[in-house]
Amino acid sequence: MTDTAWIDTALTSARPQAVGALLRYFRNLDTAEEAYQNACLRALKSWPQNGPPRDPAAWLIMVGRNVAIDDIRRTRKQEALPEDEAISDLGDAEDALAERLDGSHYRDDILRLLFICCHPELPATQQIALALRIVSGLTVKQIARAFLVSEAAMEQRITRAKARVAEASVPFETPGAVERSERLAAVAAMIYLIFNEGYSASGDTAEIRAPLCEEAIRLARLLLRLFQSEPEIMGLTALLLLQHARAAARFDAGGAVILLDDQDRTLWNQAMISEGLALIDKAMRHHRSGPYQIQAAISALHARADKPENTDWTQIDLLYGALEVMQPSPVVTLNRAVAVSKVRGAEAALDMIEPLEQRLSNYFHYFGVRGAFLMQLGRNDEARVAFDRAISLANTSAEAAHIRMHLDRLMRDSQPRATTASKK
Amino acid sequence: MMYAILCYHDEDTVGSWTKEQDAAVMKKLAVVQDKLTNQGRLGPVARLLPTTAATTLRKDDPPLVLDGPFAETKEQLLGFYLVDCKNLDEALDVARDLGAANPGGAYEIRPVGMFTPGRVPA
Repeated sequence: MTDTAWIDTALTSARPQAVGALLRYFRNLDTAEEAYQNACLRALKSWPQNGPPRDPAAWLIMVGRNVAIDDIRRTRKQEALPEDEAISDLGDAEDALAERLDGSHYRDDILRLLFICCHPELPATQQIALALRIVSGLTVKQIARAFLVSEAAMEQRITRAKARVAEASVPFETPGAVERSERLAAVAAMIYLIFNEGYSASGDTAEIRAPLCEEAIRLARLLLRLFQSEPEIMGLTALLLLQHARAAARFDAGGAVILLDDQDRTLWNQAMISEGLALIDKAMRHHRSGPYQIQAAISALHARADKPENTDWTQIDLLYGALEVMQPSPVVTLNRAVAVSKVRGAEAALDMIEPLEQRLSNYFHYFGVRGAFLMQLGRNDEARVAFDRAISLANTSAEAAHIRMHLDRLMRDSQPRATTASKK
Repeated sequence: MMYAILCYHDEDTVGSWTKEQDAAVMKKLAVVQDKLTNQGRLGPVARLLPTTAATTLRKDDPPLVLDGPFAETKEQLLGFYLVDCKNLDEALDVARDLGAANPGGAYEIRPVGMFTPGRVPA
């Protein structure tokens, strides 16, 4: 690690807490961010000489607040700039501040900061961009790159989101238990969105977008450290870890998707898997199930199987069944049907997804899955129709390429051997 | 005399290492460990999962299970066990048994991510 790398790390980890506290103090996002930036500039000057403060977040909050207040006074009274030392000389004050910061406020400060990014009027893409900018402190350039848009477009998106948040009334009083849990749910959903933005990338962009997955995991861990006894936050963190653990195995060298069954499982990240499994174990003790825990448990069953044929599909079918009750959605049923096809065969699975066709008539995966079931049953002509439809709905070239592979196989097998496919 | 060497670091920093950076550090550590192993001096080595995976058992009567790491400052680390368990519940059962034999204080239960048993002449 270079001489200044530790400062970057310290500033990044302190950021949510510092900006959150400054926001509570100034009640204005721009002022809070500017105060934080100023504090960082002073940290870059002071820390290399004086060493790291005992509590970097407390230091940044204190300095950020003082600088901002001085700015306000100066513009008001046209006074001279105060001496740098007068601001940076924290001495005993830091201890007292750190004492007060401990525990009580900062948990709600960080939650509030994340929560304002989830404003219901903001479209999902703006929520995510705003959170990455404000909470994670990624630069506009970094965010633009991860979203595959121009820097100018991202700048505009963030500015617009900020303007909308500024108009909205941000609740600054300490939230009650119900409100806190509502905020937590909204924030968890947003973190999941950030993750999916990275996870749903196609092979050619996966590497560029992977930081989104890593940032989502960082935020989930942060949230879990603040709310240590929330089983759904344990579930969320576990889910992200277990899914991201497969990152290195999900695409081939040409960027084409490799399905779970065909992935090289030795490429899965075992450290992430162990952590994910440990978190689910912890969550289960609470006997308060929820959608993230169930999805994490499904991921865990895949992670536990050293070979695809050792996957516990019966249990996965049951878990999707529970998820269907909790969060009814045709997409969940579609996923369950895949498990059903492994347990009870493609016929049963096909029956299960038939009623979904109307609601999923524009959903790529529906036709991909339907085509695969039909192919397993040897109904190749119908399979071809479904695959054609899937290709027309594909969101990425990798998705289309994957379906084309099935079509090629159909072409090859469309001669006498076709019926043997049903026995697979 | 046997010495326990307890490892402290900022888990955000360590957690943000890439797989390659992590592997590079582990490789450098392995050089030191191998030397000790060859001298027959290295006992068990364990790398713990992050504190978010920790659970704490307060050895009160009745014992109290809390999510998260041991966070008090008025008690000190006095020893540790490595126990093979099927899951967290089993580990908590072991901790409760130990706690009943020696009440007061707390046990922090942390899953072990990486482990080498080592061997030291008894």
